[in-house]
Amino acid sequence: MTTTGTAVSADPANPAAAAAPPGPTGRPGRGRLFQWLFIAPALLYMAAFFGYPLVRNIVMSFQHFTPTTYFTGEAPFNGLDNWRAVLSDQLFTDALWHTAVFTAGSLLGQFTIGLALAVFFSRRFPLSGLVRAVLLLPWLVPMVVSAVVWRRILDQEHGILNTALQAAGLVQDGPPWLSSPSTALFATILVNIWIGIPFNMVILYGGLQEIPRELYEAASLDGASAWRTFRSVTLPVLRPVITVVLVLGFMSTVKILDLILALTSGGPADSTHTLGTVTYQLSFLQLDFGRGAVVGNVLILISAVFAVLYLRANRADFGQGK
Amino acid sequence: MTVTTATTTTGRPRARQRGRALGNTAAALLILAVLLFPVYWMLNTALQPDTGLAGTGWFPADPGAENFGTALRTQGGSLLTSFAVALGAVAVCLLLAAPAAYGLARFGLRGGRAIVFGTLITQMVPGIVVANALYSAYAELGLVNTYPGLILADASLGLPFAIVLLRAFMVSIPGEVVEAALVDGANRFTAFVRVVLPMSRNALITAGLFTFLFAWSDFMFALTLNTTDDVRPITLGIYQFVGAHVTDWGAVMATAVLSAVPAAVLLVVAQKHIAAGVTGGSVK
Repeated sequence: MTTTGTAVSADPANPAAAAAPPGPTGRPGRGRLFQWLFIAPALLYMAAFFGYPLVRNIVMSFQHFTPTTYFTGEAPFNGLDNWRAVLSDQLFTDALWHTAVFTAGSLLGQFTIGLALAVFFSRRFPLSGLVRAVLLLPWLVPMVVSAVVWRRILDQEHGILNTALQAAGLVQDGPPWLSSPSTALFATILVNIWIGIPFNMVILYGGLQEIPRELYEAASLDGASAWRTFRSVTLPVLRPVITVVLVLGFMSTVKILDLILALTSGGPADSTHTLGTVTYQLSFLQLDFGRGAVVGNVLILISAVFAVLYLRANRADFGQGK
Repeated sequence: MTVTTATTTTGRPRARQRGRALGNTAAALLILAVLLFPVYWMLNTALQPDTGLAGTGWFPADPGAENFGTALRTQGGSLLTSFAVALGAVAVCLLLAAPAAYGLARFGLRGGRAIVFGTLITQMVPGIVVANALYSAYAELGLVNTYPGLILADASLGLPFAIVLLRAFMVSIPGEVVEAALVDGANRFTAFVRVVLPMSRNALITAGLFTFLFAWSDFMFALTLNTTDDVRPITLGIYQFVGAHVTDWGAVMATAVLSAVPAAVLLVVAQKHIAAGVTGGSVK
């Protein structure tokens, strides 16, 4: 064996690598084939667990599934019936709206608080690193578990939040947080903001640390105020990181399922159903996998738009990084 | 920035500096108290044995471990299931990711870049969409309600992250090191196993820890790919627990505490790895 691949691979995109000299076996294809064997298992797996579901979902959305489908194996094609049924369903329209509100509200809260904390922890003071690390805990705990804890905290009668609010004299009767259609979506957003703060904080903090100190020194020499410095120095330099954080946050929020199922199951009165929970309900509770697939496809479509944004943000990052 | 001013020699500003630093620490602890209150509340409720439907005291004045006894009795099996499934997912994930990451980092294969981008995109695919289609396939293959079925599905939660993270690390391993092994007569595969893997130890640990946590936290695949109680991880266990025993909040919270243990352990044991993982995996 020669050192073919290793020598040239400093730049993975280098087309010259493909024309690397053959190994001592004299057969040009052999080494290449061997190299592909490293990647093949992962590729096959990803094809099965990401590629196949994407394709299968599209096909399923044109099939008629009934609760007996998995016994009889029959799911005849039914044209656009599923699509028509889903798109004209009030629940779908509501879920679309809830998803938009949930995602926008969550991102706004997570990002703002996360950024504020990142800026705060950029100061040097005792215990800064330790506190920052412990703050990650909410993000590491399984989401369902957090949701269960919050369900207890937000309980209208016995929850500690209302108990505290009443004790402080702020309210007479505690709001029915999760049990009223008018407040439930708001309450789920609050919980999701809480879950997302650490993630935003950590990535933004990392971004802040990469900003060259000289920029701040220059700003301070020019007599810029703290707020002015933040707006004119910090934010513009941080922009690529901000894009990545927001896009990643969007991707994980728009498909939300765990949290809402455990908090409200989409209720009360369907007021917290999102595209994720509707997909689950149609497919796995009503066993109409065809219609579930339709909602899933809409979800993918929305995600795809943002995947493009993400890749563009990432490509810029690749360029700077390695 | 604080450092530059701290070097001024007069005593006064330095004292003020220290005061300000302590003020910041106090503020940080306050932030911590507010943001971690739910975690405290979980512990607090779990430690109060007589917590029923009624309210819970602010402090566990008379703490007891009864709730944990109930939790272990009713959910102990689920904890073990979660542990087994998460370990399995880590094994599958690393077995697939390590060679692939090396291949993508080193061989300069045609299409390698496209594969890396593809890997990034898979992180965007909503899990419920995967579950939707996977259930059909699993039903045909007899993988519903099986450990291998859930392990394979959970591995997908960590794989893209692991590949991206490991690749970023393996790119930085000097080519000469591998070449030296090749000159010594190792073939490309043994060189990978004997040289590259040991050098990538930290990255492998990070990828493994995160995959473990992702699989441990998985709720969606557990919920959708199981129709019986044969395979019931703790996330599914606590979800059903809340549905059935909503009167016994003490035991529910004790279960919550137990299922949060891996996260806490991870935070203590692998703090550095976590920061590297969160940023490294998602940004780079």
